Amino acid sequence: EKNLPANEGDTRDLVWLGMNVFLFVWYYRVYDIPDKFFYTRKLLGSALALARAPAACLNFNCMLILLPVCRNLLSFLRGSSACCSTRIRRQLDRNLTFHKMVAWMIALHTAIHTIAHLFNVEWCVNARVNNSDPYSIALSDIGDKPNETYLNFVRQRIKNPEGGLYVAVTRLAGITGVVITLCLILIITSSTKTIRRSYFEVFWYTHHLFVIFFIGLAIHGAQRIVRGQTAESLLKHQPRNCYQNISQWGKIENCPIPEFSGNPPMTWKWIVGPMFLYLCERLVRFWRSQQKVVITKVVTHPFKTIELQMKKKGFKMEVGQYIFVKCPVVSKLEWHPFTLTSAPEEDFFSIHIRIVGDWTEGLFKACGCDKQEFQDAWKLPKIAVDGPFGTASEDVFSYEVVMLVGAGIGVTPFASILKSVWYKYCNKAPNLRLKKIYFYWLCRDTHAFEWFADLLQLLETQMQEKNNTDFLSYNICLTGWDESQASHFAMHHDEEKDVITGLKQKTLYGRPNWDNEFKTIGSQHPNTRIGVFLCGPEALADTLNKQCISNSDSGPRGVHFIFNKENF
Amino acid sequence: MGQIEWAMWANEQALASGLILITGGIVATAGQFTQWYLGAYSIAAGVLVCLLEYPRGKRSKGSTMERCGQKYLTRVVKLFGPLTRNYYIRAFLHLGLAVPAGFLLATILGTACLAIASGIYLLAAIRGEQWSPIEPKPKERPQIGGTIKQPPSNPPPRPPAEARKKPSEEAAGVPTGGPQENPMPVNDEVV
Repeated sequence: EKNLPANEGDTRDLVWLGMNVFLFVWYYRVYDIPDKFFYTRKLLGSALALARAPAACLNFNCMLILLPVCRNLLSFLRGSSACCSTRIRRQLDRNLTFHKMVAWMIALHTAIHTIAHLFNVEWCVNARVNNSDPYSIALSDIGDKPNETYLNFVRQRIKNPEGGLYVAVTRLAGITGVVITLCLILIITSSTKTIRRSYFEVFWYTHHLFVIFFIGLAIHGAQRIVRGQTAESLLKHQPRNCYQNISQWGKIENCPIPEFSGNPPMTWKWIVGPMFLYLCERLVRFWRSQQKVVITKVVTHPFKTIELQMKKKGFKMEVGQYIFVKCPVVSKLEWHPFTLTSAPEEDFFSIHIRIVGDWTEGLFKACGCDKQEFQDAWKLPKIAVDGPFGTASEDVFSYEVVMLVGAGIGVTPFASILKSVWYKYCNKAPNLRLKKIYFYWLCRDTHAFEWFADLLQLLETQMQEKNNTDFLSYNICLTGWDESQASHFAMHHDEEKDVITGLKQKTLYGRPNWDNEFKTIGSQHPNTRIGVFLCGPEALADTLNKQCISNSDSGPRGVHFIFNKENF
Repeated sequence: MGQIEWAMWANEQALASGLILITGGIVATAGQFTQWYLGAYSIAAGVLVCLLEYPRGKRSKGSTMERCGQKYLTRVVKLFGPLTRNYYIRAFLHLGLAVPAGFLLATILGTACLAIASGIYLLAAIRGEQWSPIEPKPKERPQIGGTIKQPPSNPPPRPPAEARKKPSEEAAGVPTGGPQENPMPVNDEVV
């Protein structure tokens, strides 16, 4: 049974893949069929078309790759499409995945393009040093005489392999080709998961080689070394009639010496738009970062977590959004993303930061968290904020019933959601369709709890006061526990409040049995659309997605689980 | 950039270079380019580099993600002792391997990439990094670990009143105070 509306990303991916195939085939035929390239093909065979087809795909993909990372532009588009736009918004949210896919396609096409041109260069050079068939040699001689235009772009007679190397370093296409391919390789090797997660600075700085990549790409074709017969020449000299008597060219009337010219560069037309948009994006980020941000409160939580509460003029957020934060005192260039943990209804915005690396350690010290005494407000460092940027969790309120699943630190967007839901409920907000929340927090040990436990405790108390303890039902699942903890739990099994969290609802041990959970919830809410929101690892996403599909009814009536995944 | 382990990036770069050398070498050999024997060399050099670089070294901080099936190569690479542990040697080895491939256009990209990897390894060596094999952890509780397939999903049973005193010290071979070492990997990887 297919869960139809859940994944519009698939449509976008299919359209993109289809365009790639179409462009490849189309441009392959452009170079493989018409007479314009008849003589070029005599020289190069199918290596010509095999180099130009991926080139067209490269134009397409290099145009696209800058767009998913224009986060301000995307945010603007999201905001302006406020109507029917749950679909569009979710599509825009899958930007990072798309960016990576396009990058891999660029790498693939670069490989095909380069390999085809390696053959082209080898054969072109060989034809000039008489290391080829007589026809190619004769074709390559055209251009030696003063009034002739050349077909073979290699004019020097240097034999391989020096000849090929010479071409690479003396032709713009060669130099730019090698340079930008190197940039691409360095970008890719520094963007692997290991490097990105553990050494963010290496990833971020190396990625800026894309500037060199795009400049080199724009001028890569400027010397016009891909040659074809000119239109005027085709009128006077038709290849199909004349190709067989090459020794007679120029001597008989209907076969003058053919004339050739190079293709004008096309790439810049594809990429200049996105390059401009990206430039605007960076300018917007810069302008936003200049806006004053004030840290109103710094809270140190146990186990290497700090909370920053801030204010910025004109800052408006929605639940589950994230911001990019820069602290010039720690690093002048780095921006790091953090989920907002405050609700829009509060008069400040906050983030919770785990201290795990260089930058966060630096921030910890800059905010004076390593000192015991009270810090004066003016000593707090200057902060720049870009955002907020949206995620799928804004859709939470439009469902009647939701399942929220957060693994480890993935619970942070839900802090914002739970707070906001409670504010809305208390203020009887009209747009709140939500009647029931099932919340699951999976974590390895009890350490991660503390600041979130405070929040849950507060909600628990408030719900009791409002006589609506059923509104939120939560499960905190410890996925790693030892014998001493186990016996401790066993001893206090009967007590009303959980010993670890102090919360009335109990802590559970081990991972939840998702099948049971989905079936129970499904049976308690028949004929409802239930939103399932996850912030956590891929494996869990797969599990939940499968559960959503298998527990949803096939028809339009009945219960439907709709899966939404956060992507950071 | 205090915490950077350059060797991690050098390793990715070198592995990519190996693949590029192999590809360029295949092009030159299959296309029978002039002096294609340099292409054949490039394939061999590329394979050597890939075999050497495939097993990821252990990071000094935090856990390291192994590459799929790398433990077999880890054993082989470990055998060479200081030759593979020391990054100075690796840097010069890669530089040396890269040079002959620079004489052919088809493989010159491999040369450039491997030379860059060599440079990053040199940087790693200067900062005192070295390669250590990722070894599988010895099983601490074989008698219990063997049969549990999934962490339990129900609360642990409540022991009888008499057995409630000192439960943890009595249990066989359990390290107290630390979190359970799950016999099956429990992936709780943080996004």
